[in-house]
Amino acid sequence: MRGVTAKTGRALALLALVALGAMARPAAAEVPKPKLPPAKGEKCVEPTEVMRRKHMAYLLHQRDDTLRRGIRGGKYSLRECLECHVTAQPGKPLPTYGSPEHFCSACHRYAAVHIDCFSCHRDRPEPEAARAGGPAPADGLTGRTLPARTLKVLGPVEVKP
Amino acid sequence: MSATDTSRRRFLTGAAAAAAGLAVAPGVFLMPLAQARRAGEPASSDVRWGLLVDTTRCSDGCDACVRACKEENGWEGVGRPRTDAQWIRKVKVRDPRTGHTQSLPLMCQHCKHPPCVDVCPTAASMKRADGIVLVDKHVCIGCRYCMMACPYKARSFIHEDVHDQRAHAPRGKGTVESCTLCVHRVDAGRVPACVEACAAEGGGALVFGDLKDPSSEISRRLAAHGAEEIRADLGLDTGVRYYGI
Repeated sequence: MRGVTAKTGRALALLALVALGAMARPAAAEVPKPKLPPAKGEKCVEPTEVMRRKHMAYLLHQRDDTLRRGIRGGKYSLRECLECHVTAQPGKPLPTYGSPEHFCSACHRYAAVHIDCFSCHRDRPEPEAARAGGPAPADGLTGRTLPARTLKVLGPVEVKP
Repeated sequence: MSATDTSRRRFLTGAAAAAAGLAVAPGVFLMPLAQARRAGEPASSDVRWGLLVDTTRCSDGCDACVRACKEENGWEGVGRPRTDAQWIRKVKVRDPRTGHTQSLPLMCQHCKHPPCVDVCPTAASMKRADGIVLVDKHVCIGCRYCMMACPYKARSFIHEDVHDQRAHAPRGKGTVESCTLCVHRVDAGRVPACVEACAAEGGGALVFGDLKDPSSEISRRLAAHGAEEIRADLGLDTGVRYYGI
């Protein structure tokens, strides 16, 4: 028993040394930081630092509000993310999530994060022509208010981040 | 004649024309919804969306509703009819005693008591406050219990990887899907794509509206003419009603 313990101790010490050696090396030399493609919009819905850490929580929360409760027009929309962040490079088609040039993909590859969003959601903005047939009303029906009866029962709902 | 007949005649001649809608063809009106819901406001149980199918205006050769649905929601068969997705389909029914045939569209009936919601183990099958039955694909595990529970065979399972979805209609392998009553359009104050297409290129057989609002066109038509539910014996109280079957 004692022999085995001594062996284990030596092995652990060796491991610790190796680990220390790895830490001592410059960290940035291993994996280059992802190159993020340029975004279209002027400003994101939150500061970059906040978005980096919390975008998944925002999207997770809002998806339930949108789908299950039917709340539209929230601040954090995957569709809006793509509108700004997935842009065409000169002479190239819009990148798909499979490409490292896709905004989401670039970072997720670096961070080794696997996401399922794009197995169902479209991974890039729709072409202009297709968007015309989408949900934006052509006849100016949006923006009107609900009848007073409905508003009284419901009251406006605040969309919280 | 009875009082019912009088009101029916008045309805046919006056009321329908008075309710201003967009005239797509002579006698065919495309009724806009009252309004879009404001941003931040949830779907309300004060409304219940429904669809009336006037089968007397639905012709056998026409599939405008199916084509419009495919285009709007980006679903298309991959040549395997037994498993291909099908949000809406045209069905031909025949009375064997008389030989009388009818054609009608069949899709999710948006039941008040949906069996698909009852059986779903993850609560992915759900009914919105305004009566629209949906699949929350975020939590759908693809078990397909809902497909077995649905008496209308309205749901499909996606067997293949899907790319180039429409931005407003996410759909992906391993989940179940069905007619959403074009929920993205309804929330924006528009009518479903099938209704629009039927009015424009079909026989104007589809009427969409709020079943709880007695002044909506659908309610007035239902009050005047009545309509049937398919498999009414099941007591599901469907949101889709058929006139003339």
